[in-house]
Amino acid sequence: MAQIISQYGMILLRAMGQTLLLALFGLLFGCILGIIFGLLSVVKNKVCNAIALVYVNVIRGVPMIVLAFFIYIGVPYAFKNYLHMPLVFSALTAGTICLALNCGAYMAEIIRAGIQSIDVGQMEAARSLGLPYWRGMFRVVLPQAIRNMIPSIVNQFIITLKDTSILSVIGFPELVNKAKNVVAITFKSFEVYFIIGLMYLIIILILQQVAKILERRLNRGRRRA
Amino acid sequence: MAEEGRNIKIHVDNLHKSFKTNEVLKGVSTDIYEGEVVVVIGPSGSGKSTFLRCLNGLEEITSGNVIVDGVNIADKKININKLRENVGMVFQHFNLFANMNVLRNLTLAPVDLKKATKEEAQKTALEMLARVGLSEKVNELPENLSGGQKQRVAIARALCMKPDIMLFDEPTSALDPEMIGEVLQVMKQLAADGMTMVVVTHEMGFAMEVADRVLFMDSGIIMEEGTPEEVLRNPQNPRTQDFLSKVLEI
Repeated sequence: MAQIISQYGMILLRAMGQTLLLALFGLLFGCILGIIFGLLSVVKNKVCNAIALVYVNVIRGVPMIVLAFFIYIGVPYAFKNYLHMPLVFSALTAGTICLALNCGAYMAEIIRAGIQSIDVGQMEAARSLGLPYWRGMFRVVLPQAIRNMIPSIVNQFIITLKDTSILSVIGFPELVNKAKNVVAITFKSFEVYFIIGLMYLIIILILQQVAKILERRLNRGRRRA
Repeated sequence: MAEEGRNIKIHVDNLHKSFKTNEVLKGVSTDIYEGEVVVVIGPSGSGKSTFLRCLNGLEEITSGNVIVDGVNIADKKININKLRENVGMVFQHFNLFANMNVLRNLTLAPVDLKKATKEEAQKTALEMLARVGLSEKVNELPENLSGGQKQRVAIARALCMKPDIMLFDEPTSALDPEMIGEVLQVMKQLAADGMTMVVVTHEMGFAMEVADRVLFMDSGIIMEEGTPEEVLRNPQNPRTQDFLSKVLEI
């Protein structure tokens, strides 16, 4: 075990860095997509609702590994052969798109549910005072909804972080991908997978602690969470 | 009690409102005059709350006209937000903004809509809180207030926009009996100060004492209207008689 750490520790740590980088990009764009499609699903407009519904259902209905192959291999193939335009994604780009699309769909659902959990009277009161819909949304409804959403959002962050491991299949040099290489060289599968399992666990425990502190700060001065 | 020469604040003309296939309002027409207190009574499902919510456009009007201060709400091109600034509304379930303390509840709209600077809005808020007798609650969160206090804050919040019309949608129906009085007291004071008010309520005592006019609604139309004396003491319509006998016998 010690030998693996001393010899391959840096490689694995760097791979962890790549994992975190990918997760960060995925989460960032995933959150943006989630907010956009989450809001599209609550506004009073059938076209917007339909767009959000299709997006969420398509992404939820397709395994991420299929999505990854489709974006990384399928889409560039289609561009080359059918559109006669060269298009090549780096593994990071394809991975980010894939993670963001996936994370975005689940975030959209979390945001939709969070907004709908707030009593409609809150928005009606805001509107009755003359506030436009979006002001009411951003000043009154969303601040309350976000408080309710935090546990689900943290959960989704963790899932997305772990989902980066799926992107080892498109050759992105994240933790699982590198670990497989190390196993191939050393044959120490038990030690290597144990170590990277531990690395994921530590990162996620840290993430949970940060979330807990954040949640506590948001609930300051309140009797109930 | 429509006297000659008084200004009409709200003109309602053949108002219809349907939710999908369910027609809730079937042609309501009335005028509400400046400074008048109109109390709307009727059984549940009669359309009285829907009627009230059409007066500030919270419900979209299916057909007919509602003209508030010369602006037709049924017209999609008008700025409904501008109109609502002058029409305060108080809800059955208070609907105080749960994420803000009392002061922020009162100053949010005036500041956000640039009706006042932050300092002016806070000054107005403190005045209005004093008016409803809750000056000491300025920094409380809504969840720490009793029902009666919440409703008084809600009234103060609406008043901070300096409206000329106030709509009350069953303002005491969600309150414990001992808290009803404090809210009605604030409303009486408001009426005495000359506010134009439309009040949907089951408080017959309030209607008797404060209303200039009582509308009895049933099945989506105004069945009977007149002074409280006429409608409550000497109802002509059998539906009104039936309703009042049920309400008053308990």
